[in-house]
Amino acid sequence: MTEQKHDATDGKVWNLRLYIAGDSPKSRLALANLERMCERHLPGRYKIDVIDLVKTPELAKAHQILAIPTLVREVPEPIKRVIGDLSDESKALLNLDLDSLTTGSG
Amino acid sequence: MATPTTLPKIKSGTDGLDEILAGGLPAGRPTLVCGAAGCGKTLLGMQFLVRGAVDYGEPGAFIAFEENVEDLQKNVASLGFDLADLESKKLLSIDHVKIDPTNIIESGDYDLSGLFLRIGLAIDSVGAKRVVIDTLETLFGGLSNYGLVRAELRRLFEWLKEREVSAIITAERGDNALTRHGLEEYVSDCVISLDHRVHDQVSTRRLRVVKYRGSLHGTNEYPFLIDETGITVLPITSAGLDHAVLDERVSTGVARLDSMLGGQGYYRGSTVLVSGTAGGGKTSMAAHFADATCRAGERVLFFSFEESAQQVVRNMRSIGIDLAHWEAAGSLRFVAARPTAFGMETHLAVLHRQVREIRPAAVIIDPASTLINAGQATAATQLLVRLIDFLKAQHITVLMTALTQGGDVIERTDVEISSIVDTWLLLKTIELAGERNRGLYVLKSRGMSHSNQIREFNITNRGVVLTDVYVGVDGVLTGSARVAQEARARDEARQRRLVVEQKSRRLAQLEAHHKEQLAKLQVDFDHEAAELRIAIEAAANDSQFRDQDQRRMAQVRQQDDGEALR
Repeated sequence: MTEQKHDATDGKVWNLRLYIAGDSPKSRLALANLERMCERHLPGRYKIDVIDLVKTPELAKAHQILAIPTLVREVPEPIKRVIGDLSDESKALLNLDLDSLTTGSG
Repeated sequence: MATPTTLPKIKSGTDGLDEILAGGLPAGRPTLVCGAAGCGKTLLGMQFLVRGAVDYGEPGAFIAFEENVEDLQKNVASLGFDLADLESKKLLSIDHVKIDPTNIIESGDYDLSGLFLRIGLAIDSVGAKRVVIDTLETLFGGLSNYGLVRAELRRLFEWLKEREVSAIITAERGDNALTRHGLEEYVSDCVISLDHRVHDQVSTRRLRVVKYRGSLHGTNEYPFLIDETGITVLPITSAGLDHAVLDERVSTGVARLDSMLGGQGYYRGSTVLVSGTAGGGKTSMAAHFADATCRAGERVLFFSFEESAQQVVRNMRSIGIDLAHWEAAGSLRFVAARPTAFGMETHLAVLHRQVREIRPAAVIIDPASTLINAGQATAATQLLVRLIDFLKAQHITVLMTALTQGGDVIERTDVEISSIVDTWLLLKTIELAGERNRGLYVLKSRGMSHSNQIREFNITNRGVVLTDVYVGVDGVLTGSARVAQEARARDEARQRRLVVEQKSRRLAQLEAHHKEQLAKLQVDFDHEAAELRIAIEAAANDSQFRDQDQRRMAQVRQQDDGEALR
């Protein structure tokens, strides 16, 4: 399954950060979409930090966050960003290189 | 939209702009500043924050989309703004919002809450009253969902109004619209447009208030200037004639000219034009006035458009006017620039800023005509007229010189500006007997009795000296012709005097002689008369005796009556 295609990741644990601003339908949808994708492509090898910028607005400045929700892949490098609720899964997958991890059937 | 009767305003921090805005930018509302790249938008915004913080104690937040913090600090450091210092004093917060289009992948729906939070943080961290967002439209380049960005911007403006911050939002000029992305739709309170045009290879920056809801504002295009102190706008809002006038007089620096002008010189706050041909002594007249004003303990601003300051100082020293020590004492400031260095508007903006800075009692523009020629005639003249009104309103005496072409049409020159001139001195060259001599007329001088006579104008090593010209049957004579004619006149007078003396002497002699004769005659007459009287008496006595004798003889002879009657 996914283990066969770990050349891109060396089997490392993925570090993902999802920036949200308070509880909103978009944020909830983004988190649900992200978890579903990770479960499918990176089961057991991912870590998601949800950062609520309403509580820590200084992180928005420090991490150059503009759009909400924003997903940042910290590890593996290079750092990648996707903005939006991740409902366009193919675009999200492509940018996060998750697509290369998938087998034909998933 | 409840527009209050008096719209609260805050100072823009840009010299001259507040006058155009009739007080300042709308308080607690956003203002849109649009213009092409490099026309000064960022600077206008930065000045709004820095002056706000330094001069009015209002902290500010700068949200930069285009430049990072270091670049911003560097760019405005040359204007004397120390952003790092203001940041450390909690008077300014800067957030650089970096948008890298290559690193943003959109997937699904999003909003710009992150931006809102950051602006909110920037405001809250210093308690900002003023906010600048420079250039918001960068968002359109980084985000592909155009409709979404527009919706978010609308929300952002509403949110800024709710927070009651006074904001400047800058935007790029569009091809056929004020802004490329139609931001003026959202910011309906105040829109300012900046422009940077090049005409005849001379660049001029201009500012215009496109709209200002609920407030009066100047509607013209106003030139502005960016220099080492930031932006200055020339607020030539109105050519008003309601300025107070003063009866006070100021010396012209030439005693004889003072006496020609009713004995006291120019009026304070009036406009003096000295026109004449090249080499006519215009600058010397200006220097005399500058010297006299400094002597009176007041400051003078001297704009020299044809000579450098050193050149003016040297030339004036040669005629005995020491301007250098006034300059050193800070009473006199020279601003020298080639007329073609900038457009007329920029020159005037420089002038305007200098006037604000040193608050002079007198301004000298030498020459104003070159300045007019540097611009597009009518517009330039209007600007000059407005500038003079500005100076008049502050009771600053203006002395302008103007170069006229030689020939008979001297009085025709500068018709445009002559109408605003209160005192017009004309330096005319009089050519006679192989000499060029200068004559000075007071062509007009409003509100004072003034001499209508021409004076000969000489530049000596002790300055300008005015002499009466010779006016005789042969006309007006100057120079050596005057001297010769005066000598001739003196000779003739002496001749006439001699004749009179001679005749008088002769008359006196005659009188004396006559008197002598009369006296002699009288004496002779008296003498003869006396003799005659004696003779008459003697004769009368004689005949009486004779009668008596006869009667006695008749008695003796017994003569009858008939005999006695024979």
